[in-house]
Amino acid sequence: MRRRIAPSAVVWLVLGAAYFLVPLVATLLFSLKSNQTGKCCSLAAYGFFLHDGDFWHTLRLSLELGLETIAVALAVFVPTLYLVHLRLPKLRPVIAFLALIPFVVPPIVLVVGMLDVYRGAPSWFYGQPWGFLVASYLILVFPYMFFSLDAGFRAIDVHTLTEAAQSLGASWPATLLRVIVPNIRSAALGGSFLALAVVLGEFTIANLAQFHTFPIFIQYVQESQAYGAAAVSLVSFGLTWAAMLGLLVLGRRRGARPTLVAGAR
Amino acid sequence: MAGEDRGLAIAADVGIAAPSRPDALASGRRLPVAWLGVVPFFAVLALFLFVPAGEVLVGAFKGAHGGWTLDNVRLLFHQPYLGAYRNSVEISLVTALIGGAGGFALAYAALREGTPVWIRSLLTTFSGVAANFGGIPLAFAFIATLGTIGIVTQFLRDQLHVDIYGDGFSLFSKTGVEVVYLYFQLPLMVLVIAPAIEGLRREWREAAESLGAGSWQFWRLVGVPVLLPSILGATILLFGNAFAAYATAYSLTSGALDLVPIVIGQYYTGNVLDNPHLAQALALGMFVVLAATMLVYVPLQRRASRWSR
Repeated sequence: MRRRIAPSAVVWLVLGAAYFLVPLVATLLFSLKSNQTGKCCSLAAYGFFLHDGDFWHTLRLSLELGLETIAVALAVFVPTLYLVHLRLPKLRPVIAFLALIPFVVPPIVLVVGMLDVYRGAPSWFYGQPWGFLVASYLILVFPYMFFSLDAGFRAIDVHTLTEAAQSLGASWPATLLRVIVPNIRSAALGGSFLALAVVLGEFTIANLAQFHTFPIFIQYVQESQAYGAAAVSLVSFGLTWAAMLGLLVLGRRRGARPTLVAGAR
Repeated sequence: MAGEDRGLAIAADVGIAAPSRPDALASGRRLPVAWLGVVPFFAVLALFLFVPAGEVLVGAFKGAHGGWTLDNVRLLFHQPYLGAYRNSVEISLVTALIGGAGGFALAYAALREGTPVWIRSLLTTFSGVAANFGGIPLAFAFIATLGTIGIVTQFLRDQLHVDIYGDGFSLFSKTGVEVVYLYFQLPLMVLVIAPAIEGLRREWREAAESLGAGSWQFWRLVGVPVLLPSILGATILLFGNAFAAYATAYSLTSGALDLVPIVIGQYYTGNVLDNPHLAQALALGMFVVLAATMLVYVPLQRRASRWSR
């Protein structure tokens, strides 16, 4: 017997949809206002930032920081989780516990510590986003990478795959890169999309350490150019959509449920 | 050669405690190599998490001119710092309770029998995005909506003759921050609680109905007891989520609202860095509050997972 949708469910869903859609629609309408008249409709706000060198510059910086964070995170976490699942199973609960610590040490606390510890560090690390920011972002993405990769490793038979590869004469690097990595590819990609969403939206650490990333640019536009800020906010929302949809498409193909949340609060 | 390896492994095993698993013999010799392999991981965590966090926790007890002191920590219990903690806790508590209740209602409305399946997948997809849509762009989306010249503010004033700012509402106040935080709190609740609601098996409901239980009895005796740990755990998670937030409130109020993260940030972005140890003490306070939420959250989560499939 097929039941019909309950009336109270309709009320809740309509209320929820209104709360979530009204700000998006309002931001769109706001971004279409003309700078001169304050009336609808003009695409000037979009033209303004598309021709702004800082927009492209900071967006590119944030994307590159995201890619570097993902590359370093995968290079560190994948071999570690492989060894943990293959040889050091007792270490797994320890790492799972450590993955909770970034929730207790939020970005604002982390950046205070990082600034205090590395103030005297060489400028190639302390003065460069490639050093200081990526080091901090590694910690921010650690829990998401860990939970994603750990699920990937649990879904495959690490021991059998390794023995098969070794008995065919594969070296350790070949086993890892050509046998294990292809088998955890979608878990690694899932963790990477979350990491990208984190880095593209990260404001706290970049602001306190004074690096000019994309979110800092949005904040700057917001203080100086209202309609342009609405346009940039929508672009940023679109980027989050893209990263999350990538994650969902991936999850659907594997039948896994991507419920992780990587916030830039 | 193989025999030699085996002999070494056995010697090593005798030296320590005898392992119970037979394959530990073979891996006995390789164990140090495996440990070497995880060194980079622990090095990264140590350098960029433990050392900085330790610096903050220890620094909170240092005086401006060296030496150990409790003065910084004691200052936390006086104004204006006590007020910052009160604001942070209040905003986190309000958005966790409203976000928790509203998110549960939304998730249940989408997952209960009779709701079309496409609504479920739309809600979970959208929640995945919205829960990640925080910070600067979110703050501006609300300024464009409910700010002094926001679209909704103007619509209410011009069409319905309701002046919300005249009636005491301000997006740039505590209430305003709470309204905006709900934009990521509600979807986070949906994401966290949805698996628990799905775990409420239909057979339980059918069994209860066939035994003559009404809807209210089912919820009182089965539904709520099964879901309670999940709901409490998720609400605590929401509390920590709001407590740690910085960017949204900073952007919304231009750093003017006294929240703990914003006060900490002022020591680094402004020119008021007269005592960095006070900022560290403020950070220590955040750490203590968040550690307490985790200490409650983890056991609740463990209990909640008992019913998950």
